[in-house]
Amino acid sequence: MSALLSVRDLSIGFGSGPSVVRDVSFDVEPGQTLALVGESGSGKTISCRAALRILPRTAQIRSGTITLNDSHGAADLMKLSERQMRSIRGNRVSMIFQEPMRSLSPLHKIGNQVSEVLWLHRGASDSEARKEVLTQFERVGFPDPARAYDSYPFELSGGMRQRAMIAMAMVAKPELLIADEPTTALDVTTQAQVLGLIKELQRETGMALILVTHDLGVVANMAEHVVVMHKGRVMEAGPAALILNEPAHPYTQQLFDAAPEIPDQDSVGIPMPDEDLILQMTDVSKTYTMRSSKGWKAEKLIHACRGVDMKLARGKTLAIVGESGSGKTTAARIALGAELPDPGGKVLFRTTKDSEPITVHHMTRAERTAFQRKAQMVFQDPYSSLSPRMRIQDAMTEPLEIHRLGNVSEQRDKAAEMLQRVGLNEDMLKRYPHAFSGGQRQRLSIARAMMLDPALIVCDEPTSALDVSVQEQILTLLENLQDSLNLSYLFISHDLAVVARIADEVAVMRRGLVVEQAPPETLFYNPRHPYTKALIAAQPEPDINRPIDLKLVALGAGSPDSWDDAFRFSDSVIPSLVELEPGHKVRCHV
Amino acid sequence: MSKRPDGRYVDEAPFDPQASIQQLERADLDAPNWVLVWRKFRTHKLGLISGIFLLLCYVMLPFAGFIAPYGPNDRNGEHLYAPPQSVNWFHEGEFIGPYVYPIVAEADLETFQWKFAPDTDDPRPIRFFCEGSEYKLAGLIRSDTHLFCAPEGATLFLWGSDRLGRDVFSRILYGAQLSLTVGLIGISVSFFLGILFGSIAGYFGGRIDWVINRVIEILRSLPELPLWLALSAAVPSNWSPVAVFFIISIILGILDWPGLARSVRAKFLSLREEEYVRAAEMMGASSGRVIRKHLLPNFMSHLIASASLSIPAMILGETALSFLGLGLRAPAVSWGVMLNDAQNLASIEIYPWTAIPMLPIIVIVLAFNFLGDGLRDSLDPYQQ
Repeated sequence: MSALLSVRDLSIGFGSGPSVVRDVSFDVEPGQTLALVGESGSGKTISCRAALRILPRTAQIRSGTITLNDSHGAADLMKLSERQMRSIRGNRVSMIFQEPMRSLSPLHKIGNQVSEVLWLHRGASDSEARKEVLTQFERVGFPDPARAYDSYPFELSGGMRQRAMIAMAMVAKPELLIADEPTTALDVTTQAQVLGLIKELQRETGMALILVTHDLGVVANMAEHVVVMHKGRVMEAGPAALILNEPAHPYTQQLFDAAPEIPDQDSVGIPMPDEDLILQMTDVSKTYTMRSSKGWKAEKLIHACRGVDMKLARGKTLAIVGESGSGKTTAARIALGAELPDPGGKVLFRTTKDSEPITVHHMTRAERTAFQRKAQMVFQDPYSSLSPRMRIQDAMTEPLEIHRLGNVSEQRDKAAEMLQRVGLNEDMLKRYPHAFSGGQRQRLSIARAMMLDPALIVCDEPTSALDVSVQEQILTLLENLQDSLNLSYLFISHDLAVVARIADEVAVMRRGLVVEQAPPETLFYNPRHPYTKALIAAQPEPDINRPIDLKLVALGAGSPDSWDDAFRFSDSVIPSLVELEPGHKVRCHV
Repeated sequence: MSKRPDGRYVDEAPFDPQASIQQLERADLDAPNWVLVWRKFRTHKLGLISGIFLLLCYVMLPFAGFIAPYGPNDRNGEHLYAPPQSVNWFHEGEFIGPYVYPIVAEADLETFQWKFAPDTDDPRPIRFFCEGSEYKLAGLIRSDTHLFCAPEGATLFLWGSDRLGRDVFSRILYGAQLSLTVGLIGISVSFFLGILFGSIAGYFGGRIDWVINRVIEILRSLPELPLWLALSAAVPSNWSPVAVFFIISIILGILDWPGLARSVRAKFLSLREEEYVRAAEMMGASSGRVIRKHLLPNFMSHLIASASLSIPAMILGETALSFLGLGLRAPAVSWGVMLNDAQNLASIEIYPWTAIPMLPIIVIVLAFNFLGDGLRDSLDPYQQ
């Protein structure tokens, strides 16, 4: 049996620089799934884009061959004319991109965009194309295909858009589908459903799949063959079962060790202690008013978060987990005083155990200055959290300058000390941020947050923009800092597995409401809320024997009115948080 | 290539799982931002050449009097509308260095025009570092030495002479002093106003933003040319040329700032969302500090690029006003004032060299545009 797509000794470089992909070879067998695994910059995306010859303008293929051998006959993809390439793209080989927000044209109806594939490659008439696209839409799980056909991309959620992309890629019945991180931009429950969909479609049509991903959990759920790439080279390649069960290359091993996992628990955890609270949020809500699109209608109220009660003891970590739009960031901003809660909400912050609490929801200027010294934030995107025009030293000493602490040389010494604390080198002070990698930059912003010796640090998804191995290092760093300096963290994340290791208490949020709140051990041992169960089930684990339980995901991931009676809520009827056992609260009707 | 018996491939090159976190990932980007921009700009040939050319032009300005063979208002009553003279090197196969033939005016009694005939028997070498009319070097040092002047008893009109017998070439050099600087002064005024209002609108938002935006829209909706005309007509005619010049450039600046303020505001709005700005706010930095330390440095380069694209508009504006007789007036010399002489078609047809001042305008405007393009392209040095 000859391979459907065979890549041999592929090398690609940019301009006159060294090759970013070197001697990469892999084969895709018909009907099978090949996973290209690697971190950012490993050359995995470039390698598979080369197969469709859609590389950036400055990239050149320096050597190697790519052969497609499907039912239309064999073709050397390196040698075909641009015209012949066009008849292959979208027809014999199609591709799904990472960003569902950007890969659909906002000005065209979804249906027309998908039909275009048929118009181009099959010469189908409008009505034929429409019929075929509607069937395809039904297959990818649109509840109302006809309506989806006539909607614009901005009317659909991210998951639905990615389904539309899949429909577009599948409608011409290609024999090979290349999926470039198809689920990275999606919430974890949506990811599980989209992966399930791709797998099901693959079973139905018998097409082959190249799945580009950085997540070993996704690999374990999807692939038969794995190619692990690092810095443009193949580190290890072979059958998935073999590689996932006993990785032979140290890099694969490293990826494994770093992959976050939800641990198996056999008992409940210890609830957050009640004394020496550093941060206390009582009945915090935030409502935004949005002008209605129609002038004569009343303004719309948007509840970003409702009735949040949380407490964080000194030296502990409180994590808020939820999908995008669940209100977790709003809650964090209120905790930092960057946003005011609705009247009635209270946020109290105690600098030391016995000091008078600062009322964060109502601060005077002097109180705010004092508060800012004690509460700092670490941001999500390491690439935008450091000003590209400032040397590291200036960025690091800025907090001290603002609060007029110490003279220039003292500030410099402090910056050097902090750099060493986060594992970096003192002579980096003179450099500019663009020379650093994402992980190094995140260390820098942690170091900057530490400059004022804060007691509380709010981490807003500090690892979600980083590779898994770097994520692991950053989490370890945060843990070490907490141990040595008795810091308290408010940790925002969309990933239960990340939170599993660092948090002392987890609050799961959905649509502005905390649906379940407990220590992580309790949460994983005895999850009660269907949404929490779905989150746990949807977490892809790098273990080939533990596939995602799609039924459990579907049960909890839907809208709140599809939940079991006991948990259901609507805009008007909201069950209250009930403490089922000490330190374990669930939003349900008892 | 090592295929294992179980059918997998494992790379055998040594691998260090603890690759040092102290190593720089992009050592090639380890430089201040302006160095990165310069590296990229260097590869933009057209922009680089334009930049060097403009630099030379501006360096030349203080020395215009030294380079020009005549003063700006030296009249040569016997050579009205003299055509350009050519500079030759060889006379009857013999090298004698740069020389001109003296021209003699004759009245043509059929067309009633002056005809200028070169006397080809009498080559007169051009003099170098010679004494001529007095001028001030850089407006300060009195001098009467010129780089080159007309030979004894002959004229040197490289690009012809005008209605009053003045040398067009010399006047273009003197005119550059005003025409090129009007753009700089105008752009400084417009920069100041644009950054001030743009950053206030962009940073504070809300009501202030609304008001400033409406003002910008009103200013932009006014028809530009009539407004210029009205404003410059209001300049008292008895003011000195220098005062008029300043007023004109300030007027140009006042009318130009709304465009700049808009781009400043847009840039502010997008930069405000950057996390380093939010980080500075969370540290407790005041608005002034955030604007000064974080926002301005990060979009100054964009501003410089957009300024270099709007200087040509200023130069053209001055030219247009002076051409219409409403900007600078004689005895001041600018390219627009010179073109004022070339207003009717008849005179361009008979004396085409009076329209020569258009050439430097076209060249300068193009050069600024190329320079601006080059700068804009190199502002994001991180792109591959």
